[in-house]
Amino acid sequence: MRTKQLFLVALAIMVSPALLLAAGTVSGKVTYTGTPAKQKPIDMSKEPSCAKQHATPITTETVVTGANNALENVVVYISAGGPDELNAPAQAVTFTQKGCQYIPHVLAMHTGQELKVVNDDQTSHNIHPLAKINREWNKSQPPGTPPLSEKFDKEEFVPVKCNVHPWMHGYFAVLKTSHYAISGDNGGFTLPNLPPGKYTITAWQEGYGTQTQDVTISGNETKTVDFTFKAKPY
Amino acid sequence: MNAISKRLVLILGLAVSVGVPGFAQQAHVGNLTGHAANGKKLYRRYCVGCHGPLGDGNGENAQWIDPKPRDFTAATFKCRSTPTGTLPTDQDLFDSVGRGFTNSNMPHWDALTDRNRIDLVAFIKSFSPRWTTEKPGDPIAIPPEPAITMQSITHGAELFQKMECWKCHGQQGRGDGPSASTLTDSKDNPIRPYNFAAGGDDSRFKCGVTNQDVYKIFITGLDGTPMPSFADVIQPNDAWDLVHFLRTLQTNRHSKENDVLKAAGGKIPTKAPDAPANPENKGSGGGN
Repeated sequence: MRTKQLFLVALAIMVSPALLLAAGTVSGKVTYTGTPAKQKPIDMSKEPSCAKQHATPITTETVVTGANNALENVVVYISAGGPDELNAPAQAVTFTQKGCQYIPHVLAMHTGQELKVVNDDQTSHNIHPLAKINREWNKSQPPGTPPLSEKFDKEEFVPVKCNVHPWMHGYFAVLKTSHYAISGDNGGFTLPNLPPGKYTITAWQEGYGTQTQDVTISGNETKTVDFTFKAKPY
Repeated sequence: MNAISKRLVLILGLAVSVGVPGFAQQAHVGNLTGHAANGKKLYRRYCVGCHGPLGDGNGENAQWIDPKPRDFTAATFKCRSTPTGTLPTDQDLFDSVGRGFTNSNMPHWDALTDRNRIDLVAFIKSFSPRWTTEKPGDPIAIPPEPAITMQSITHGAELFQKMECWKCHGQQGRGDGPSASTLTDSKDNPIRPYNFAAGGDDSRFKCGVTNQDVYKIFITGLDGTPMPSFADVIQPNDAWDLVHFLRTLQTNRHSKENDVLKAAGGKIPTKAPDAPANPENKGSGGGN
């Protein structure tokens, strides 16, 4: 009897990774052509507690690029055909204000997922998501106060700003899927765990807009989907 | 009326109520019920010039006006009794129409009857679908106001530093803080922080004249503007202390707060509002 149980447990352990592996992956790279706008250094002299956290002034982040024309901070996600995901992941996503900068600059989350906003600075920030489809709100967060907890119900790319420190800009990408990735410093992204099916992949960059491509996953395979945005020099 | 024309009337009636959902919009204040259909006529007469036929704040006068007329299609309102990010109550909108907005081109419409104003509120609510999909927020609770004392004013002055109100409003509340010149509203139009020191006995806040109105302003925030909500970060009694201090920034306005301050020698001890700010020390003290 005990042997049989052990056998079943062992079987389950062996089978479960195999089941996971039956899912496909979409990966690729986001690049740009042309000349992206030059990012400007930020003058934080009005906020010394933040200025001193940066050895050299940080720059604006409307376009962040890497080697070989890589484009960073692009949200790549399954916009159609994805597994039905009505339920938001239970764990929260975190948006941190540190050195009068938003970390990360673009934060993706599922509709209804808990968003935690943390103030790591010794100054008051006001978190002001300029939502149009969701509700616009604006909350003060003085230093030493606990994280704010919020959520957004509808799909939207929401610009976020701090009115006290006007150089602080970021984005909340509120998506109806948890199959998303943000391109890294090499422009790369990976969307794993996709069951067989036909998908629309959308890439969004805050200044360059969106692009979409269709891809079919037929089993345990990795499909490559690359995106190229035309950079605007202004 | 024969059967066919009866049916026609029924169909027409349905078409109106279904096809133009906004017109079914109502508003309630006390035992008054406002109707959008009545409000529309009044809107066309009194409001359309600035707020525009579509309610988007793009009336023909809008280009000459600063701050810009409210865009009702966004359903974002400054003066509310409800938390930031929520719709105001009908009473909030009714009061706003009657009160008008100081330092703007919005006059007070108290010459209109209560019935006219509640009809207008009902019509204003037809410009955004939010009024059919969302409910107004629950009005914030305002605890009874404690006595106005020097202790309360002094603590309020400390909070003015700690919450960094001065970053926008300035150390003397003159609307000239370090961030003041960079402020924009949610439509990217420049906007000025409130200057407490301007004006005399008739000086008003945007959302009313009473101490309760001041309390409401910084707990709810003024949505659509840089003024945030402090609801999560300030305790009710602390909020009242801040109200008492803010009144002393209205130096030319007669108030109980200014009387108390004057009787105490006119100076706020240790943490005078014009003392050089050291937000870092405050911050580390409050860290937990």
